[in-house]
Amino acid sequence: MNWSLALPEIVLSLVAMAILIFGVLARRDASFACNMLALGAMLLTAFLVLATPSGSAYGGLFVVDAFSRYTKLLVLAASALALMVSLDYNRAQGLARFEFPILILFVVVGMMVMVSAANLMTLYLGLELHSLALYVLAAFDRDTLRSSEAGLKYFVLGALASGLLLYGISLVYGFAGSTGFAGLAQALSAPQGASVGLVVGVVFVIAGLVFKVSAVPFHMWTPDVYEGAPTPVTALLSTAPKVAAMALILRTMATPFGHLADNWRLLVELISIASMILGAVAAIGQTNIKRLMAYSSIGHMGYVLVGLAAGSAEGLRGVLIYLVVYVFMNIGTFACIIAMRRQGRALEQISDLAGLARTDPGLALAFAIFMFSMAGIPPLSGFFGKLYIFLAAVQAGMWVLAVIGVLTSVVGAYYYIRIVKVMYIDDSVGAFDTKPAMISLVAAGTGLFTTFFFLFPGPFVGAAQAAAQVLLG
Amino acid sequence: MNAAGFPLLSLVTFLPLVGCAVILSIRGDEETVASNARWAALWTSLIVFGLSLVLWVDFDPSNPGFQFVESVSWMPEYGLGYKVGVDGISILFVLLSTALTPLCILSSWEIIKRQVREYMLAFLILETMMVGTFCALDFVIFYMFFEGVLIPMYLIIGIWGGPRRIYSAFKFFLFTFAGSVLLLLAILAIWAYTGTADIPTLLHTRLPVVMQGWIFFAFLASFAIKLPMWPVHTWLPDAHVEAPTAGSVILAGVLLKMGAYGFLRFSVPMLPAASAAFAPLMFALGVVAVIYTSYVALAQEDMKKLIAYSSIAHMGLVTIGVFTFNVQGLQGALFQMLSHGIVSAALFLCVGVLYDRMHTHEIARFSGLVERMPVYAAIFMFFSLASVGLPGTSGFVGEVLVMIGALQVNFWLALLGGVGMILGVAYMLYLYRRVIFGTLTKVELRHILDLSPREIAVFAPLVLITLWMGVYPASFSHFWAASVTQMAEQHAAMLRHQPGLELASMIAR
Repeated sequence: MNWSLALPEIVLSLVAMAILIFGVLARRDASFACNMLALGAMLLTAFLVLATPSGSAYGGLFVVDAFSRYTKLLVLAASALALMVSLDYNRAQGLARFEFPILILFVVVGMMVMVSAANLMTLYLGLELHSLALYVLAAFDRDTLRSSEAGLKYFVLGALASGLLLYGISLVYGFAGSTGFAGLAQALSAPQGASVGLVVGVVFVIAGLVFKVSAVPFHMWTPDVYEGAPTPVTALLSTAPKVAAMALILRTMATPFGHLADNWRLLVELISIASMILGAVAAIGQTNIKRLMAYSSIGHMGYVLVGLAAGSAEGLRGVLIYLVVYVFMNIGTFACIIAMRRQGRALEQISDLAGLARTDPGLALAFAIFMFSMAGIPPLSGFFGKLYIFLAAVQAGMWVLAVIGVLTSVVGAYYYIRIVKVMYIDDSVGAFDTKPAMISLVAAGTGLFTTFFFLFPGPFVGAAQAAAQVLLG
Repeated sequence: MNAAGFPLLSLVTFLPLVGCAVILSIRGDEETVASNARWAALWTSLIVFGLSLVLWVDFDPSNPGFQFVESVSWMPEYGLGYKVGVDGISILFVLLSTALTPLCILSSWEIIKRQVREYMLAFLILETMMVGTFCALDFVIFYMFFEGVLIPMYLIIGIWGGPRRIYSAFKFFLFTFAGSVLLLLAILAIWAYTGTADIPTLLHTRLPVVMQGWIFFAFLASFAIKLPMWPVHTWLPDAHVEAPTAGSVILAGVLLKMGAYGFLRFSVPMLPAASAAFAPLMFALGVVAVIYTSYVALAQEDMKKLIAYSSIAHMGLVTIGVFTFNVQGLQGALFQMLSHGIVSAALFLCVGVLYDRMHTHEIARFSGLVERMPVYAAIFMFFSLASVGLPGTSGFVGEVLVMIGALQVNFWLALLGGVGMILGVAYMLYLYRRVIFGTLTKVELRHILDLSPREIAVFAPLVLITLWMGVYPASFSHFWAASVTQMAEQHAAMLRHQPGLELASMIAR
């Protein structure tokens, strides 16, 4: 038995617990040290992820391959960036407690297990581990009503989704006789096809998973939780768990349920279309930037699902590229949102951005780059995400999805460029407080990535290609 | 690379970005920054123009293919690469872009007072995008430049525009974006089908006839909005009225040409069967544009709107020329595009001169300007007549060639297109009479000043080029003669070898 394949996860959990003990025992406020230790732990884990060979362990419960490495690195990067933008915010909001980085580490462990799951039970365990830590994080600002409400809402709806997922898993197990992905794939490849009960089970599994990526119709929690949770937590929520859950969906749909593609494809298409339309239309009326980003993320997940619906290696490759692009521009946007602070008070209204181009040209430029990128304007990275996704859709002949996708991106462009308008055209309502160096660093780094992605897409496309190939065998 | 292996085209394309870096590095108080930004932008654009003149000199007009080709592998496994080059059709548009940019910067020297640095940055980025669009020989690269134009133009209209600038900027952005995403889908479809996005290869690729039909409509959606064609032209008058003068100049001078360039470069050679099948539709839209927008122009109260509508009419004529598929029609369309690029840019500059002084472009606010501004009146007269196609100016050559081309297709087409020319004379002279002639009764116009030396420096090259194009058109048309002849021949040959497109087959599959 090759237990060392899970070394990154094991090390990360042990380190997280060690930091917990350290935080509890420390005499003085240890939050800064814990944050730094957590960042170091993620860096170490990233190296371990790179060093771990491919293979299957724990009796087929756990798998390491190019796909899991790719998504784990992305998850680690997203979480580390989210932790970085949280440092100054938490201090300013009085949230600088040592539990924060530890909870993020547990979220990361859960997500890494999800990504490596090769069995429906592993999948569920990873999902629950990361969800439970996230519920607490969403309610981390426990003295404010909105944050507590966000945590509770997320918890109740998340528990419902977990129930759906478990119910689906039990149905699948009952009708196929296995929970392992390999066993399921074998059982489902039989020529007699899928029984009705199995298809119902798969639909429940999809519903449970799609809740995590907040695609329509399981998106209801997203705007409220995004708005209520502390902004760095929202930055985390909108990136890493989305990546992990999407990776989970890809693996589940491609490996065990790949033979049932004809049964679930229509469902994925409908979810995708509904998400794209809702993400584009519902965001128009928003005045709170965090709610707007919630609808924006719903729309982005709709685009990502187009790649899954295409079902080809190109489609999966497109999904993986889109996720990289999405993570960096999204974290960058949230870094800009965290910088919105006047007289020590955090601001969330779009109108607060008015005239930013004159009071802080650098921040406005970064924000504008992220917005144009999200709208999919070349040569920014968001364009390439959409390019590969729609290329896959066109190759698969899915014209309806492709046309709806590009048209909703026009509608979406309206609200993205409206933010640019507010920053560049409207009259200033006063300057923001000096932004912390860490925020500038993250915004500049992700901004440069978003702007210059077009110069070096090769490595990402190559890695995504290799990862996608693994799933399709 | 050209013979010397020197990446001249890339230099012309990306040098403005170097200028941007220089402008960004300027430090100091607001006045210093503004003044240095102006000079840096002017010098950058002049150097770029000088480099593009090297293109003009070194270009070999007898070669119908692409020249100065540079190719850098970017994503070879997907058949994508950074590839640029110019042929007879595109080279003059590169020159048009590089020539108009310094004039734009010069014309906004004094009128732009706030955020000068950002203004100059936007124009230099815009120049890169425009030149890149006309040079690109890879479909994805083309799309990136074609779309990239939106960002600086949106900001130019939105930040430095008139009172309704926000509405106009959004309308401009969303209209154009809606069209170009369909273009993107068409590009992806071609890419997926052929496995390459290399434009020279695709120009000789035969796509299935039914696919051509669908792609034609996707292209049409994008290029018709950009051109703009009736009935999707409504963004243009709004954008023109609100844009600052230099923005209008670039919009009319270069951006509108991108739509017609798209038809010439892509629709006609790549989709011969579909463009032949839908040529009647294009003629109809072109004729409607010519006649309808001319009538609308007659009723305008705003100078910029009037010229905007006249642009749409001229572009209708270009559409007719392109879809005749014969050498005269294609040449006429190209000449008309080039001429309109110069003349309409000059007309917007003329309006800008009045706007700088009076801060309005309402026609009723002016009269009898000839008394106070004789030089201005002469220049305005010259460009008005060039716009309506006076023999000896550039406008005449293009219109006559298009008419000859159209006559070979259908007499009525030529007749209806010609009606537009008559209407054009009507609205331009009517505008001229109201603004320049009459008596100078308005108090606020008593002390209006004639053109300053800076303004004369802006207009002089435009007058010279307009006359040069009108008197000796061959020095321009010989650039594209070989390319156009080859295109017309190839189009006819493709049609002979490929079955025609039946409309029914597009639906019944």
